[in-house]
Amino acid sequence: MKRGLTPAHVTFLAFGFAFLYVPIALLILFSFNDSRLVTVWGGFSTRWYASLWSNAQLVASLRASLIVAVTSAAIATALGTIAAYALARFGRFSGRSVFSAILYAPLVLPEVITGLSLLLLFVAFGVERGLTTVIVAHASIGMCFVAVVVYPRLAGMDRSLEEAAMDLGATPLRTFLSVTLPLAAPAIASGFLLAMTISLDDLVIASFTSGPGSTTLPMRIYSQVRLGVTPEVNAISTLMILFVAVCLLLGVLITRRAAPDRTA
Amino acid sequence: MSRKPARIRTGLPAWILSLPLVWMLLFLVAPFAIAAKISLSRSALAQPPYEPSFDWSAGVADWMERATQFSFDAYAGLFADTIYLDAYLSSLRIAALSTLCALLIAYPFALSIAHAKGVLRPVLFVLAVAPFWTSFLIRVYAWIGILKDEGLLNHALIWLGLIEEPLQIFATDIAIVIGIVYSYLPFMILPIYVALEKQDAALLEAAADLGASPWRAFVQVTLPLSLPGVLAGCLLVFIPAVGEFVIPDLLGGSDTLMVGRTMWVEFFDNRDWPAASAAAILLLLVLLVPLRIYDRLQTAEERT
Repeated sequence: MKRGLTPAHVTFLAFGFAFLYVPIALLILFSFNDSRLVTVWGGFSTRWYASLWSNAQLVASLRASLIVAVTSAAIATALGTIAAYALARFGRFSGRSVFSAILYAPLVLPEVITGLSLLLLFVAFGVERGLTTVIVAHASIGMCFVAVVVYPRLAGMDRSLEEAAMDLGATPLRTFLSVTLPLAAPAIASGFLLAMTISLDDLVIASFTSGPGSTTLPMRIYSQVRLGVTPEVNAISTLMILFVAVCLLLGVLITRRAAPDRTA
Repeated sequence: MSRKPARIRTGLPAWILSLPLVWMLLFLVAPFAIAAKISLSRSALAQPPYEPSFDWSAGVADWMERATQFSFDAYAGLFADTIYLDAYLSSLRIAALSTLCALLIAYPFALSIAHAKGVLRPVLFVLAVAPFWTSFLIRVYAWIGILKDEGLLNHALIWLGLIEEPLQIFATDIAIVIGIVYSYLPFMILPIYVALEKQDAALLEAAADLGASPWRAFVQVTLPLSLPGVLAGCLLVFIPAVGEFVIPDLLGGSDTLMVGRTMWVEFFDNRDWPAASAAAILLLLVLLVPLRIYDRLQTAEERT
């Protein structure tokens, strides 16, 4: 690729970034609007933020979402890493293509299909629906994303390091724990973050698999949005965007510090 | 170092290695089998609301007898009522249109990012895919305030004197297309950028040396080489868009027919589980071809 930007490139970039960021900027701007009308500016105010903290339902759903996100992402990271390891180390085992097809399908499959069929599974086995079922559902989707992120790292790893460790007398398990895992750690960490983000964001699968009393934050926001556009929703959204922006920034800084020798 | 790997030495015991497989069979494969089974049941006023329901304690003979009660009523219902056929067709149409629009925006955008020099390139790339990390629901919600009849877009257009009367965009298929393009754009940018970024600059130089104009070099070199990325991007947008629920629900009108939303209503409002299951299985069958192509692309990617 020949480098260097022409005026045409700059125009495309300006248009693309405007399309991506103007809606988000407007959303943030109107969270500071004093007027209850979301589309008419009525002066600067932070009162919608203050009213958020007194909303007990909202705080409860935030708590539920965080529990689900952290737990499901932990399970997803463990399972997804092992799945990626199996794919990367066993060359062509029989059934490999079926294994990878099942692993890749949930990445694109419409959530209504996954959510509905998981719910039917829980009902068929008589499992009481609640936070646990949401965690299981999110872990199942999350492991696929983790596997996709971790696989290239494990497949591209220099095998001679593992062989050297074993030649020096390390058991296979010890080699896995003290050579393979640390080398794949950045990919595993970003897989964990991805699984957590997807869980925090999911409305459809959570709606199918949760029971009474286990309402997650997106479900709560969705029920408010259906009633109309309100400045409170803008305020929650702004806080969530801020949270994600800080996490992203930290993530970029950590990966830059952790892997200065990474070849692009 | 040309040692022959006499046996595969892996660091993990077999039972740990098989955990993901067991989990996948239980939570990613079994649910579809159950959905297929329920789609062959009849809707019933029971808990759960379908029959026959299988009792795990019942013997095989009992199961066989109950299996004779299977019916294709739910599927027949899908075809008897044109609502479903219309929903499938309009979902495919809206998803295809959205994919095309996303491609037209993402390609020049990704190409421009790939042309940037030095440290600017990764920075632009991270900024282009960063919106993916913010909540999907919130990004769709942001468009309600913009597209509504008394929304920001109409305010701006009237203020500029471009229109007299507010445009009716909200609650139309156009609003859904805008929502899908906006939400899924990072999925289109990512594979196209990756395909463009890894292209060898020497190819374009060679084309120029042989007298090709920049446009001709683009059409004959850059574009064909980026086609796998384009295909991957299109599938990453098209497949989930067909079954999209949130976007048609929030941006579409009450008469909007998209199969994801129809399924949701059938399940939560009408409590017709067999019909919803049949609709899900049928949607899965419709998506089987694009899913198969996507899977082959992934496998090809793995080999490189």
